[in-house]
Amino acid sequence: MHSIKRGIAATVAVAALALTGCSAGGGDDGPVGLDFWAWAPNVDKVVEIWNEQNPDIQVTVQKQDGGDPVITKLLTALKAGSGAPDLIQAEYQKIPTLVSSDALADISGDLDADVADEFADGLWSSVTLGSDAVYAVPQDSGPMMFYYREDIFEELGLEAPTTWDEYAEVAAAVHASDPSRYLGTFSANDAGWFTGLAQQAGASWWSIDGDAWGVDIDESPTQQVAEYWGGLVEEGVIDNKPMYTPEWNAGLNDGSQVGWLSAVWAPGVLSGNAADTAGLWRAAPMPQWDADAPATGAWGGSSTAVTTQTENQAAAAEFATWLNTDPEAVAAMADVMGIYPAATDAAAEALTTSPEFFSNQEDFYDVAAEAADTIAPFTYGPNVNVTFSAYNDEFAKAAEAKTSSAFLDAVAEMQQITVDDLENTGFTVE
Amino acid sequence: MTATTRPSGSTSPRTGVPRAPDDSLEPRELGAAPRRPAGHRFRTRVLTPYAMIAPAILLFLAFMAAPIVYTVALSFQRVQVQGLGLGSGARKTVFAGFSNYVAALDAEFLASVGRVLLYGLILVPTMLGLALLFALLLDSKRSRATRFSRLVIFLPYAVPGVIASLLWGFLYLPAVSPFYFVTDALGLDAPTILSSDLIVFGLANIGLWGGVGFNMVVIYTSLKAVPSDIYEAARLDGCSEIQIALRIKVPIVFPALVMTGLFSLIATLQVFAEPTTLRPLTNALSTTWSPLMKVYRDAFTRDDLGAAAATSVIIAIVTLAMSFIFLRIVQKRAFGQED
Repeated sequence: MHSIKRGIAATVAVAALALTGCSAGGGDDGPVGLDFWAWAPNVDKVVEIWNEQNPDIQVTVQKQDGGDPVITKLLTALKAGSGAPDLIQAEYQKIPTLVSSDALADISGDLDADVADEFADGLWSSVTLGSDAVYAVPQDSGPMMFYYREDIFEELGLEAPTTWDEYAEVAAAVHASDPSRYLGTFSANDAGWFTGLAQQAGASWWSIDGDAWGVDIDESPTQQVAEYWGGLVEEGVIDNKPMYTPEWNAGLNDGSQVGWLSAVWAPGVLSGNAADTAGLWRAAPMPQWDADAPATGAWGGSSTAVTTQTENQAAAAEFATWLNTDPEAVAAMADVMGIYPAATDAAAEALTTSPEFFSNQEDFYDVAAEAADTIAPFTYGPNVNVTFSAYNDEFAKAAEAKTSSAFLDAVAEMQQITVDDLENTGFTVE
Repeated sequence: MTATTRPSGSTSPRTGVPRAPDDSLEPRELGAAPRRPAGHRFRTRVLTPYAMIAPAILLFLAFMAAPIVYTVALSFQRVQVQGLGLGSGARKTVFAGFSNYVAALDAEFLASVGRVLLYGLILVPTMLGLALLFALLLDSKRSRATRFSRLVIFLPYAVPGVIASLLWGFLYLPAVSPFYFVTDALGLDAPTILSSDLIVFGLANIGLWGGVGFNMVVIYTSLKAVPSDIYEAARLDGCSEIQIALRIKVPIVFPALVMTGLFSLIATLQVFAEPTTLRPLTNALSTTWSPLMKVYRDAFTRDDLGAAAATSVIIAIVTLAMSFIFLRIVQKRAFGQED
């Protein structure tokens, strides 16, 4: 009896200790401690440089699983009232959602005025949402580029397409040479990929008009892109299977996937998934809708944001600025993290030699820098998650149906689902 | 508890030895001192059982009851945003009444229920039929290498659903599958399992592969419990092995079949891991293919906890109701003799 009582008391005491243990913070004395949730590989090595130079502000990286789980975790911590970090790595498309949940601090007062000049206008607008506030500092960007198997192109006597019309011709020629070969695949799994393609065509799916959100998915730029790809899939010259499957990896390896519309980070994926094809690929600018006005979209990229739960906003903003603009930090990010830094000039200085996988192409980073300069502006909305999951479902149906009209229907459905969700939640939609 | 710690001389319900007449029902072992104030003895007697079950009750309350109550509470709430919804205070949680429930019963949800019912219709009878067949084969007198066969049939059950789905996913993808390699080499045109027409069979196959072994063991165990004199009597009466299987063994294991059927039915309604794992490989599976996938999407992709909670409550109620109805229908037949 007594021992049971004692046991229960001990259990309760241990549980209570465990609970309070979580909230034990640092004292008032000593250096400021900042927690940083990030998932980019090796980010801790760049943070070490800061910690050595700034004994007063010590940053601790807490490694996260990735772009989606970290947001769920942050929002949960905010609902709970404690446990959120001071800084967080946030993908650009997550920023409106986070701002709408009051998760990100407006750091415009903590930044120097010239910080904005370090970044391309398109990127800067996605951290300000077009307002006077600043919700994050751009970290890296993913300008889209076209990758193709140089050896197979040469064998077939083909040249890299510079326009989408040429891309369609090349796709037909590649498929005609061997029915198992495709120039690419339309992936219903990768909403960010399709968003980048629409962005290139001039789409901006959300807009802020005074006190109301505009949703412009079912408009001519996106319709044009959907109809184009639907036509290629209907014709059968472009594959309709998702990317990032074992089958797709096998295709990259055995040459049945002859090209890939991807972003600047593609060398990392290709060297991981198709290591044997090193030196056979070539990077080129995206095919264009209007060759006189080159543009590209962004696929991926993230920023460093300060959360509303921090007690050291100024210190956190200082670190975020250093990480993404200081030449030494930017060089380290490009070097040890293998990302394409968002700070344009610093990135150009840091990135001179091509990635090892593209050792056959000396001007890899020149192509990338040109692409980065032409990223078209794009505004994300507060329910990107809903739109992206609508993309998965609706375009999966369309890709399975293999008709151009089904692709257009999918765009209309995405628009409908996005607007309905905004209205149901109470947003003002114009 | 008390039965095992009682002094051995006082009682033995199992062997039916009569209790010594002077021995009261009072358990002795707790009263170390023979004479204690009555109040203390009363408290000890009344409180001890509660203290014993307290850990279980606490765990149940913390990890079962509280989440259920919280889910029900969430299902009546929704997030309300104003204007642009940016900045602090733009988002607040409000009482939603039954609106989440009304919204949950949309065409998407009903379609997912329909798909899962078709999946169950394919899976459950096939799985139980095969499990019964294997159990009868293993139990028959003429079978050889039964221990090995039993292990081999059971083994897939030890493979977690996600791993099994990944393995089967590889086998279903024409470019990396040995099956398709063989059919191609033979010049045959194998059907694409990862297409919208056949995907439900592909998923049922994964469930079948993992589930037959477990159900077989349950049925086999209940077959082993049958006294062998029944079979001897049947053989003396001239029953063949097949007649013994159909007329004696199947009726005897029917309660086991009902139980495995019920569990399979519940598992069917809750299918999640297999389609979720296969989804990135194919256009044929939507993010709302099964009801639980819709719950997951609402909660974690759409960040709409209210809708997810309402759908969860509906699924729980439907599962309970279906289990109850199923039991009512088959109970009479299965457990009739025991009533």
